[in-house]
Formats: sequence, structure tokens, C-alpha cells
Amino acid sequence: MAKLMVARRRMGVARRREAVAFYLFASPWILGFLIWTVGPMLASLYLSFTSYDLFSPPQWLGLQNYSDLLTSDGTFRSAIANTFYFVVVGLPITLVLSLATALLLNERLRGIVVFRALFYVPSLVPSVASGVLWISLFDPQYGVLDGILRFFHLPSVDWLTDPNAIKPAIIITLLWGVGSGMIIYLAGLQSVPEHLYESAKIDGAGAIARFWFVTLPLLTPTILFQLVIGLIGYFQIFDQIYVLTNNRPDDSSITFTYYLFQTAFGSESNQMGYASAQAWIFFVVVMVCTAIVFRSSARWVFYEGARNP
Amino acid sequence: MSLADHAGAATAPRVSVAQRPRTWRRLLRPAVLYVLLTFFGLIFGFPFYWLVIGSLKNEAQYNQFPPTWLPNPPHWSNYVTLFQALPFGQFLVNSVIVTGFVVIGVVASSAVVAYAFARLRAPGRGILFALLLATVILPSQITIVPTFILFSKLGWLNSFKPLTIPSFFGDAFSIFLIRQFFQGIPRDLDEAAMLDGCGYGRIFWHIFVPNSWPVLATVAIFAFINTWSDFFTPLIYLNNFNKMTAAVGLAFLNVEHGGGSSTVTLQVMLAGSLVVIVPMLAVFILLQRYFVKAITLTGVKA
Repeated sequence: MAKLMVARRRMGVARRREAVAFYLFASPWILGFLIWTVGPMLASLYLSFTSYDLFSPPQWLGLQNYSDLLTSDGTFRSAIANTFYFVVVGLPITLVLSLATALLLNERLRGIVVFRALFYVPSLVPSVASGVLWISLFDPQYGVLDGILRFFHLPSVDWLTDPNAIKPAIIITLLWGVGSGMIIYLAGLQSVPEHLYESAKIDGAGAIARFWFVTLPLLTPTILFQLVIGLIGYFQIFDQIYVLTNNRPDDSSITFTYYLFQTAFGSESNQMGYASAQAWIFFVVVMVCTAIVFRSSARWVFYEGARNP
Repeated sequence: MSLADHAGAATAPRVSVAQRPRTWRRLLRPAVLYVLLTFFGLIFGFPFYWLVIGSLKNEAQYNQFPPTWLPNPPHWSNYVTLFQALPFGQFLVNSVIVTGFVVIGVVASSAVVAYAFARLRAPGRGILFALLLATVILPSQITIVPTFILFSKLGWLNSFKPLTIPSFFGDAFSIFLIRQFFQGIPRDLDEAAMLDGCGYGRIFWHIFVPNSWPVLATVAIFAFINTWSDFFTPLIYLNNFNKMTAAVGLAFLNVEHGGGSSTVTLQVMLAGSLVVIVPMLAVFILLQRYFVKAITLTGVKA
């Protein structure tokens, strides 16, 4: 009895020491979480109900920032519309193109490694460098894209100044970096067990059937991952807007993040309260969209472990 | 004649049924694939070529159509302008300093935290881990305004502190990656060390760190790529030429003067872009096997 209690106490001491060690080792992140996430989120929630310019103390406005944003701010409406354009148009193209290039690069051919590197490397180019490069490629007089259009006797396009062309132009620059998704699909494709293809072949499945019934279902977890990463990435689009519009986007190219940046840190205004309200609307929109994706995933994502017998 | 024709028609399908798949598989299919690969390869590779030749052209060569495919003579002076008339050397030094601190900060702090989540049991660990994962997809826009206010009140604007200090508090995605790797290290090792009287600190340092170079290298590469390319953070916090990193300095020069000034021509900007890209390419070429590792480590597989 006494022995048991001593043993139990010893175990209790060990447990407690382990718990203390856990909190000690985890403390950088726990502190960081409080300082860089919880604190700022609460502060930004508070600020979103105020008017604050960094110098005079915040003035309580109630819901005015939100009602202004949602009812009378035309720029904000454009920013939402443009951001959704990028998500709705750019994201599907990115997903399909990265999967298509991955399928192509998954072939066992001589020299395929070189092609894989060639397709992947553009995704490593920093956004600003890529932006400057594409400004040159989009040049309506001396750029290559217009040369191609002219070659086919198509009308020239002012990619970066035409309100109808700027968003497609930005998507084109982003598609150049499709390699980051491609390489993840490629890893997914290479982990599909060979025997599944073999047995599909024996059952008489053609190449298309094999892709549809073997490859695609097994890739659905990867597709979900890409979808979530891409969704958040496209919602946050900023760098390309800044560089390709020379820091002067108009109603055809301004996005959520750019408008927030302009409102909070732009040279004329430090409207911290108004920017915080934008941030919270943005946050809710992104979270709702991500939640919808995750919820829907139960219907279309296939997990090998959860297969019916 | 008609008989021969007839015979040909009768035998031809039989031959082709047997042979078509073989020819298709052996010759035609690879040929079609190589054509596709080359076509798309040219599209993906061409911008790099355009960048290199553009950075070596002068205004007159640049303004030619059809374009000059090999600038002759090449104008290396764009690179001289970049480093002599413009503070691009300073930008690069700043980028190296910031990136160096961030890589060290992220790797060190994330490894320590990952050890806690991989091995040490404590009440509340599950909830904390769920919160950690949630922060991976948290958009930074939601915290940027108060964080900026905090740094401005601390007088940290126009210094490297806002860019480097936060990385010493662990990066959620890096913590996740390292934890996955740590969990694969056999428990026998730490139990044996514990019997020898090692505390948690020594177990972490003598068992986990030396056995985890692949994942630590991967996290370091990710931190390097993200910090070197980062535009938004330095754009907000740095507005002095002496402090700007290469990405933000390049954007600043381009927006302020790009194409419109006699020194800062678009060709000089192209040269600057190339200079910003080169370290990324170097890291990719030197550390390729870790890139492959990085992708498998993210745990995303079919």
C-alpha cells in the first residue's frame, strides 16, 4: 500500500516535471501566439470600431466603419470584386495547369529531370523580380506577348493599362509560378502504388479510365491541400498588384490586401480603425470560404485508410 | 490489282491492330510527349532568357522590334549602374542580414517547440496543437495593423527588428514539419538517455537535433526562400534606402523611377531582378535533394 503510494507519487512528480518541461519548451511559441496573434487580433477587433490615426487616441465609432465599408465605399466594393475574380478565375486555372504539368512530368522519359527543374524554378522567383520581368514582357511596343499577337494579326493589348486586361495579365504572371503546385502533385503521383495501375490494366481500363478511377481519387487529398493553399494565396494577392500597376492600382485592379495596405500605411492616411474593419471583413470571408472547402471535402476527398471493405 | 488491293485491305488491319500499340508506345507516344514538354518548357524558360538579354541591352537595343535576341555588344554597364549609382549593394547586404537572422530564429525556436509537441505530455497540449495548426492558415492581414502600431510605439520602424524578432517565437508550419520528423525518432533513444540521467534539454540537444538535419535543413530553406522574397513586411516597416532589402528596394526604384529616369532604366531594373533571383537559383541547385525531401515531408501524398 505504502509502496504503491510512493510509486504513484513518484509518477506524479515525473508527470509534473514533464508538463513543466512541455510548457518551458513550448514557451517561445505560446508567448509568440499571445504577442503576435491573440493580442493583435483583439486589438484589431477593438480598433475596427474606432477611428485611429496613430497620434490622437482612438475615437469610438461603433459600427460606422463596417456600415461605411459595406454600403458606401465604392473602392472597397471594387477590391472585393477583383479579389473574387482572382479566386474564381485564377485558382481553377492554377489547379488544372499544375496537375496537367505534373502528369506530363510524371512520365518516365530520358531527361525528364531537366524538364521538372525547368518547370519548377520559375516558382522560386521572388514576386518583385517576376513583376519587373513581366512588365517588360507585357510592353505593348517592345514586349514579346504583343509580338506574338501581331504575328497572328491580332489587335495589340495594353496589358497593364487596359482595365479589361490587367487582371488576366496578373493571372498570367502567377501561372508562371505554377511549379510550386506542380511539384506537390508530382510527389502525390509518384506515391500512387504501381499495382493499382496493373490491376486496372488487367481489368481492361484504358489510360483515361485509369486516370479517372485510380489517379484522380488517390490525388484528392493533394487537391484539397492545393485548393486551401491556393484559396488563401489568391485572397491575399498583393505583390503583383503593387509592382505591375506601379503602386497605382485603379478600380480594375485594386484588391482587398492592397486597399487595406493603402488605408493603413498609405502616404496620405493612417486610418488604422477603418483598415482594421476591412481586415475583419476579409478574415470572416476567408474563414467562411475555407470552412466551405473543408466541409465539402468529406464528400469528395478519398482517404485510403477509410475505404469500405 | 484489285485482288492485291483487296488482300492489302484485308491484311492491313490485322497487322496494325497488333503493331499499332507497340509503335505507339515505343515511338509515337514519347515523341508526342517530348514535343509537349519542349513547347511548355520553352514557355516556362523563355522569360529567363528575356531577363538575361534585357539586362544586357541599352535603351536603343531594347527599343527594337523585332527584338535583339543577342545584344551585341552586351551592356554590362547596367550592372555597374545598379551597384554604383544605386544602393543595390546595400540592399543585398540588408537582405543577407535579415534572412540570416530569420533562418536562425525560425530553425532554433521551431525545433525547441517541436520537441515539446512531439514528446512531452502535458494537460492542454492537444488544444495548443490545434491552435498552432489554425495559425498556419491565419491570414496575416488580421494582425498587421496592431502589430505595426506596436512596432511604431516601440520605435522599431525603419529597423530590422520588425522583420527578425518575430521569427524567434517559432513558425507554426515549421514547428509542424519538425514535429512530424521528431515523432519518427525511436522512443528507445530518449528512454535510454533518460535512464542515463539525461534531462529533457540534453535529450533534445544530443539526440533530437543531431538526428534531424534533413528536416532542419528543409525548414531553413523554406525560411530562406520566404524571407528573401518577402515584399509586404519590409515594404511596411522600411522606408529608408539604407535599410531596404533587395526585394523592396527593387520595387521602390521601379515604382519611383522605373523607365522614367536616365539612370534607373527598365534594363537596369531587369539586371536588378536577375541579381535578386540568382541566390534562389544557387540555393536550389546546391540543395536540390533537400527540396525533394521538403516536398515529401509536407506529408502530402496520395
